[in-house]
Amino acid sequence: MKFLHIAWKDLKAEFRTKQMLNSMVMFSFLVIVIFSFAFGKESSIYISVIDRKIVDLLAPGMLWIAFTFAGMLGLSRSFAGEKEEGCLEGLKLCPVDRSDIYNGKVISNTVLMFLMEITTIPLFIVLFSYEIKNIPGLLLVVLLGTLGFIFVGTLLSALTVNTRTREILLPVILFPVLIPVILSAVTATGVLLAAGSIFEIAGELRILVIFDVIFFIVAQLVFEYTIED
Amino acid sequence: MNIRENIKPEQVYLTRTGESTIISINNLSKIFGTNVVLKNINLEIKKGEFLTIFGPNGAGKTTLVKIMSTLVSPTSGKVLIDGVDIKENPVGIRKKIGVISHDTYLYTELTAAENLRFFGKMYDVLDTEARIDELLERVGLKYRKNDRVGTFSRGMKQRLSIARALIHDPPILFLDEPYTGLDQHASATFDRILSGTNAHDKTRVLISHDIERGISFCNRAIILANGHIAYEMNDTELGDLLKCKTIYDKLVEENK
Amino acid sequence: MLKKILYSLTAVLILVSIYLVFFYAPIPVDPKSAGGDPENFKIFYFHLPIAISAYLAFAIVFVSSIMYLKTKKQEWDIVALSSAEVGVVFAFLTLATGSIWARSAWGAYWVTWDVRLNTSLVLFLIYISYLMVRQAVDEPEKRARLSAVFGIVGFLGVPLSFMSIRLWNKTTIHPVAELNYSTFSPLLTTLITNFAAFFLLMASLIIFRIGVEHLKEKGNEMKRKNSL
Repeated sequence: MKFLHIAWKDLKAEFRTKQMLNSMVMFSFLVIVIFSFAFGKESSIYISVIDRKIVDLLAPGMLWIAFTFAGMLGLSRSFAGEKEEGCLEGLKLCPVDRSDIYNGKVISNTVLMFLMEITTIPLFIVLFSYEIKNIPGLLLVVLLGTLGFIFVGTLLSALTVNTRTREILLPVILFPVLIPVILSAVTATGVLLAAGSIFEIAGELRILVIFDVIFFIVAQLVFEYTIED
Repeated sequence: MNIRENIKPEQVYLTRTGESTIISINNLSKIFGTNVVLKNINLEIKKGEFLTIFGPNGAGKTTLVKIMSTLVSPTSGKVLIDGVDIKENPVGIRKKIGVISHDTYLYTELTAAENLRFFGKMYDVLDTEARIDELLERVGLKYRKNDRVGTFSRGMKQRLSIARALIHDPPILFLDEPYTGLDQHASATFDRILSGTNAHDKTRVLISHDIERGISFCNRAIILANGHIAYEMNDTELGDLLKCKTIYDKLVEENK
Repeated sequence: MLKKILYSLTAVLILVSIYLVFFYAPIPVDPKSAGGDPENFKIFYFHLPIAISAYLAFAIVFVSSIMYLKTKKQEWDIVALSSAEVGVVFAFLTLATGSIWARSAWGAYWVTWDVRLNTSLVLFLIYISYLMVRQAVDEPEKRARLSAVFGIVGFLGVPLSFMSIRLWNKTTIHPVAELNYSTFSPLLTTLITNFAAFFLLMASLIIFRIGVEHLKEKGNEMKRKNSL
């Protein structure tokens, strides 16, 4: 259970300053607001049926751009912060399995990202005048997508923190691997926003679950190599 | 000048050596890519011994300590701690080791007590709160117990890092250039605290390139140069700072 | 010596396969159903073997990455690097030959929602990232370790990408060759020759690349000795 202590330590440090959470929320808000400007009158209430279709087509992708780019901010700092006073080395000296460090980081990253997401969704609903019927379904999609993002992202964040370009490299190597998650999450979100039922997105949910399971297991196996000296 | 005259007699008395071997290094080599960092190191460290490893930058000192503290795995050779191969049970070995480094390993957003509490949990320390109070008292930081570490000075952080390393009362202590960034006064305080704790019961390995500081407490000293043990000082040399310096400079020059 | 045989065999086979494609092989689809100039469909004889070779090269990266993490032998890292570089070239050629043909058949270089197209693109992007990871680390040992981790993670993403793209758009206009499997049909002979030629080309390039890496190492070794 030591990974819970690691996650608790991260969250405690974060909530003392809320620096990261604030920037993540602010960033995703900005993405939503800028897109609502870019869509112009299509996003307002006085829209024709055709314009509404354009919004319906683009909105889910835009929402996930906001989520993943804001999440990227948190991920890139997740291990970089540990490097400041050499903490990562101190952590590695502790009698814990390497996977405990990974799992602790996964929990703290997921909590931060999920908080950011559930504050962003209301703004999204207001600006694009959506009415979500299936809130649990949407939260499930968001959670599964977030987990996939975090499982791979935390692993690659630990990988890039040891490279020369660090934060710049992370998005470049993370997004190609994440394509299955982003595609499935965007499609599933689109269906749910258009008041579709959860059964219509069974295929997407299956891919998300498979992705999450595979990468969670693989990360447990290979994480130790990313933080080795 | 015999610097060892300045040391209180009970300290010398308490460093019992010659009991049993606690760390034994056999034919240890480490190669990074094509770069040979350590070659064929053989070293026995006795229980309670204070060993100082001197060496210039790039001699492989830090790598040696990282191998002994299970962070880096050797290319070939073995390290036994308490008779156990460190490869077999790295997690168990880590419980026996405390490391004080030039990095403090402290979280600046957390308070002194929170830092110690976290590491206490990591090391399965029972009765953490009492231990935290005791250690903070010893390093003279009790009055800053609930202040964020980010507000501490470099010297205070380093003192707190002593408390951090001692939280689980490890029998072995590695000191990797702990004086980096400390001024004269802070270094002296650091020394006083380190000898004031029950550290003298412990096996200590200090890594340093500063002969003057490194020699004052140790009862054994070796010089690492170019990846091998170039010299082991004998007792008479240990008592003579000038001679130590001459030997060290000569060896560093030879192994460039 | 063995290398020389392999290299010459590759050269011969490539020449033979080019000859077969241009002067012997039939058009691999029913000419009536083909869009554009049916002759263009002959690019398929290059396209398919190159695409499969690219996948194979990335599978080699995956296996040697695992082997590297297990054994920490530098040799595996060199194999992984060489296969990745060759694989990226082949993946690029897959996209290029596909686009050239698509311009003729579909009237557009790129159809954004086709599953095989996009999977190939994702594959290409993942291994470009792999090479970027390698570029961002200086110490050879660390570079080998970190890129091995990415070599494993990246490869596992590929089948999932395929699945998700297929689900994302259920239709494909990517043609499936209707093969006439009768023995020694001109189509099958040409295709098999091309497969052999491009597999050997891939193997030769990888082996050549490994040789270059060994030479580089020898050079470094000599430099070190000179400086001592």
